[in-house]
Amino acid sequence: MSVLVPPPTLRASARVYAAPRMTRAGGATRDKASQALLHGLRQTGPARDAAIGDLHALLMRGAHHELARRAGQLADVSRGERDDLATQAADDALAAILAKLDTFRGASRFTTWAYKFVLLEAGVKARRRAWQGREVALEDQSWGQFADRAPSPQETLEDTELLQAIGVAMETDLTRHQREVFVALALNAVPIDVLAERLSTTRGALYKTLHDARRKLRAALARAGHPLHDHTGGGT
Amino acid sequence: MSPTDPERGLAARLLGPSEPEVSCEECFELLDEYVELELAGADADARLPGMRAHLQGCPACDEDHRSLRALVARMDRD
Repeated sequence: MSVLVPPPTLRASARVYAAPRMTRAGGATRDKASQALLHGLRQTGPARDAAIGDLHALLMRGAHHELARRAGQLADVSRGERDDLATQAADDALAAILAKLDTFRGASRFTTWAYKFVLLEAGVKARRRAWQGREVALEDQSWGQFADRAPSPQETLEDTELLQAIGVAMETDLTRHQREVFVALALNAVPIDVLAERLSTTRGALYKTLHDARRKLRAALARAGHPLHDHTGGGT
Repeated sequence: MSPTDPERGLAARLLGPSEPEVSCEECFELLDEYVELELAGADADARLPGMRAHLQGCPACDEDHRSLRALVARMDRD
């Protein structure tokens, strides 16, 4: 489902793109291994079982990679529990991959396609585990506290005025739900998967709420004469 | 620039990208292709418009992107 503003060329382009040419060392070998794994998964009987075993091993490597990246967030999590999280992530990713195998369109190597499932699962599990027992306050008092703070040394007068204008627009232009989601995600940096779990919704639904709130705020700021290009330029 | 980059201004983090962007679902759908284009040195942003803006606005998808890119690069090296 397209919930935001996908560029008009996106869907057409996504259909026609061929797999990128692999120019890195080992790319051809990786391509063959990836194709062999996909071929095995499309067989029946022992060949498929063996491919599923290989895929699960690959997903375990991906899960451990992700959890190792997040070691700082999981400092109080035992080695055994991290291993359990990795296994859960690999199991859940395997189920998702097998259910969606027919949707693989070959725009990347199969292994890259498979890895994204396990990184998503491991990332979500790690974020939720890191926030386990922490309260997510769903009220918009945080903005008032923020707006009353002393400006940082790096903050210009223009920044301060813009932030004050954002606070005004939040009150006048956002619904209560949009305000709560905006404050939790954009101001308090609550992980979106954690908030989605607490509100029994999805990452995509929450991001749409955030996107709509940002759009309303931008429009309000523009009406109030605040230039935005210097603050929100999208360079990488 | 990452959505959590400390050098990114607070107003920018609050207001997110101004350009059209894909949704979280579309980002996940295209992420593997985007990463392989990046690693192959292709212009991933021109090929898959809307991805870069979304990654700037959504910290969770940006983390997924960085992690997949690092993992695939490592696997290609090994």
